[in-house]
Amino acid sequence: MENLNKELFLSDGIEMMSMRDAFGEVLVELGRRNKQIVCLSANLMDSLRVSGFKEEFPESFFEMGIAEQNMVGVAAGLALSGKIPVAATFACFSPGRNWEQIRLSVAFQKANVKIIGGHAGFGNGGDGANQQMFEDIALARVLPNVVVMAPCDGNQMKKAIAAAIEYVGPVYIRMMPTKKEVLTSNMTPFVLGKAQVMKEGDKLTIIACGQMVFESLKAADNLGDQIEVINVHTIKPLDTETIIRSAKKTGKVLTVEEHSVIGGLGGAVCEALAEELPVKVIRMGMRDCFGESGEINELMNKYGLDAGGINRKIKEILSC
Amino acid sequence: MGEGELRKIAKEIRIDILGMLSEAGSGHTAGPLGAADFFSLLYFGGIKKDTDKVVLSAGHYAPVLYATLAAAGFFEKEKLKTLRKLGSPLQGHPVYQSLPGIENSSGSLGQGISMAVGMAMANKLDEKKSMIYCFMGDGEQNEGQVWEAYMSAAKFKLDNLTVIIDRNHIQIDGHTEEIMPIEPLRGKLLEFGFYVMECDGHNFIEMKDVLEKAKVIFEKPKAIILHTMPGKGVSFMENEPNWHGKAPSLMESQRAIIELNSKS
Repeated sequence: MENLNKELFLSDGIEMMSMRDAFGEVLVELGRRNKQIVCLSANLMDSLRVSGFKEEFPESFFEMGIAEQNMVGVAAGLALSGKIPVAATFACFSPGRNWEQIRLSVAFQKANVKIIGGHAGFGNGGDGANQQMFEDIALARVLPNVVVMAPCDGNQMKKAIAAAIEYVGPVYIRMMPTKKEVLTSNMTPFVLGKAQVMKEGDKLTIIACGQMVFESLKAADNLGDQIEVINVHTIKPLDTETIIRSAKKTGKVLTVEEHSVIGGLGGAVCEALAEELPVKVIRMGMRDCFGESGEINELMNKYGLDAGGINRKIKEILSC
Repeated sequence: MGEGELRKIAKEIRIDILGMLSEAGSGHTAGPLGAADFFSLLYFGGIKKDTDKVVLSAGHYAPVLYATLAAAGFFEKEKLKTLRKLGSPLQGHPVYQSLPGIENSSGSLGQGISMAVGMAMANKLDEKKSMIYCFMGDGEQNEGQVWEAYMSAAKFKLDNLTVIIDRNHIQIDGHTEEIMPIEPLRGKLLEFGFYVMECDGHNFIEMKDVLEKAKVIFEKPKAIILHTMPGKGVSFMENEPNWHGKAPSLMESQRAIIELNSKS
């Protein structure tokens, strides 16, 4: 993990990329290499950036209409017949609306379906509460046989998708629409299930996923070597070894996610630590509430899920 | 295979259904008994080819699927008495890859049909000339997902998909038209883009006719409304909604088997 930090790219001229653009690009690249990959859309082709795949592989692209339950069941049927279906729509609809279909048709059958939950977290901001999604990690990880991922940026999204395609079995990946800072590079390693220590420290462990990894790094920036930041891009299976090692070192854990504090990354971390190494775990996320309309940065600020909010929380924890 | 032979096989399947259910102590009786003639024809009447697949969407019909698969040699008949027992491959509702001949897991109504659509789409992609038969219940038509699946089957012109709806007019709480009316079923299926046929689910000649016809209709998916009598073959079970989700006691199944054997 030590050589990871050398590859981090954190500066003012930082590249901005959206996870969904990255997804759209890598899906086409992967499609060229593997003809078994098929893609299903639920009338959100452009929002999920799958139009490129459709254009290049029209035979392998299926527009299923606004029917997410059928979409995932059809994906399961395609998977049982040897295809590698990537089913993409908003997270609130998948796994939201079609959770039971994912439960039986995908998870129980261990069908090789890759479910992409777009517009997770605050989504695009303006659409408001119903299309924002803060319960998807909980819904996905509670199902047996489902790998659950939340990449930290566009670069990592590409690697996560590639890893998901290579992995045989159900995978859920949450994805965000907005252009955000790219904190990893092409050289940053990626291993499904292996958490990444992005920054080392000895007074507090921050465990974050998705866009909150960058916010956590920014929040910890001027606090020297006190804060350890771990990117848990795979919430299930959880890299308990890395987490426990860090918690043992620091004795204090803060989890940060663009998700409910119930049942998500924070929940998973608490479950692991309570059994092995009980330490105090403070969970940052949506505090059992829905979102609302607003600009992404405004929303992150209001709900404390930005560098400023995390920085305040760090100081609070360290002063105790 | 002649009609006489098929009737014999169907009778054996009915006997096996009753035996396995009374041994298990729970399970669904009326539907499976009603569907025994159809399943006999499908597997023994020269309809289903080896490369075809049978997707059970109405998972609670497991007993008739298991009994038919055993009769057809997919696994040993001795396994039938282990239905629903701990560790048995004959789970209460079919489990994907538990036994040869089981193409999917089911039990949650309305999901098998979507899987069948996906399988048919995969076959189109791979240019495989085989039929996907999806067996459904009439109560199952209540589920919205079913209609999503139908829309997609028509959109993708899945003429390699034949849906069979067991129209026995009962579901667990009573008669279908009292619970949630689904008529006009034929009209709905037609408007959803299916080629629709109907037949008496206890008349082998009628059933064979529609199943053979289904093989030569192109550009659209096929639906067969199979009119059956729930509990068919056992006088005290016929047309009784109570027998939808109930298993016979040992005495009841013995009584039923005697009755079946007494008929020619």
